[in-house]
Amino acid sequence: MPSLPDMTTPNVADLAREAAQTASAHPAVPQPDAGQEAFSEMLLRLGDSTLILGHRISEWCGHSPALEEDIALANVALDLIGQTQLWLSLAGEVEGKGRSADDLAYLRDAWDFRNLLICERPNGDFGHTLMRQFLFDAWHHELLKALAASSDPRVAEIAAKAGKEVAYHLERSSDLVVRLGDGTEESHRRMQEALDDLWSYAGEMFIGDAKDAEVAARGIAPDPSTLRAAWDQTLQHVLTEATLQIPEGSFAHKGGKQGIHTEHLGYILSEMQFLQRAYPGASW
Amino acid sequence: MAAQTQPGVEEVWGWLSEVPDPEIPVISLTDLGIIRGVEWQGDTLVVRVTPTYSGCPATSVINLDIETALRRHGIEKLRLERQLTPPWTTDWISPEGREKLRAYGIAPPVDGTAADGVLAGRIARMTGTNLKIACPRCGSTHTERISQFGSTPCKASYRCKDCLEPFDYFKCI
Repeated sequence: MPSLPDMTTPNVADLAREAAQTASAHPAVPQPDAGQEAFSEMLLRLGDSTLILGHRISEWCGHSPALEEDIALANVALDLIGQTQLWLSLAGEVEGKGRSADDLAYLRDAWDFRNLLICERPNGDFGHTLMRQFLFDAWHHELLKALAASSDPRVAEIAAKAGKEVAYHLERSSDLVVRLGDGTEESHRRMQEALDDLWSYAGEMFIGDAKDAEVAARGIAPDPSTLRAAWDQTLQHVLTEATLQIPEGSFAHKGGKQGIHTEHLGYILSEMQFLQRAYPGASW
Repeated sequence: MAAQTQPGVEEVWGWLSEVPDPEIPVISLTDLGIIRGVEWQGDTLVVRVTPTYSGCPATSVINLDIETALRRHGIEKLRLERQLTPPWTTDWISPEGREKLRAYGIAPPVDGTAADGVLAGRIARMTGTNLKIACPRCGSTHTERISQFGSTPCKASYRCKDCLEPFDYFKCI
């Protein structure tokens, strides 16, 4: 499983902390008091989504149908965990309570997590995992494009970095959705079932609340609903090629962004957080 | 530290050009293009490093290797800073670095082939019809992709259809 931070020795951890402290000293960043809560909340939503999805797909490590796919999923997981480190570090910095990315990842309970519900959905079969990845990547890519123009330079630079990785993720998941959707009778059936099953979890990506409105008003992040048109277009393009039927329903499960989760998150956390809970402060 | 004992910035760059990448030891950190700045701030040497992939596990090892190398050259006060902007791309790999990769058996990145999320170009990129990735062993461009990822986050897996050798391609981002 990827860990935060990876491959540390006490020496490296010190170095990383030192680097993080100096890297966080951005003198030109405006720091208005009002709205910081909405800002740190937005960063948690992002970082928690990449963390939980990254952890979810890392569960495939050693179990994928082919070695190459195993490696690919583990690498996508690694990218997402790396992005998590950047987002959650910034969340802790904006929050101003001295919490590190590790503190946020390992020492919060389910109701404090702000990830999208789709990220905590069980993996299902390989096709189901890829369909979830495609729906997420298509949204993630649009989101990062918008965030790269954020009024906050710290957000913009992380988004520019992550955007390059996610463009690659989107190409990979698109390709596999087409290959499996337009594949054998069985692979087609499984991909359609995955799409139908996940559809009601996709809508949450585009539903904003008061906190989204606040960061949007400050130009930090886009209003979630504005990402929908481009996402629809990507789906239309790829799913048509994959000979899959886009479901018609518009019902959307929601609550993840507000800390109301499905039962699946608790199981993820119990595994992901076990070491830090059982042996507080343990490091490699 | 007395001023006359401070080595020049150029000299420090020279030392860094001898620190190998931990995962592809045939190229150095400066070949890879991840050292973004070296400067003295008073008596402290500041080295700015940019990550290749945000989750690359080698990042902390690289920081440790830089520290070890510079300490060996007598640097006492040292600070490593992470710099994200501009984000690293394969364009930062030096021409010498590309040649070293090829000689080592890793096909260097082909310019202009980075994924950009514009799906209209996806098919061409996927099937490799717009790529001329040459086998680092026999030079044939009659190659095919096996997987979009490889032994490290920065590589994809390819196979040469002429000499049948599987090889790593340093993918373009």
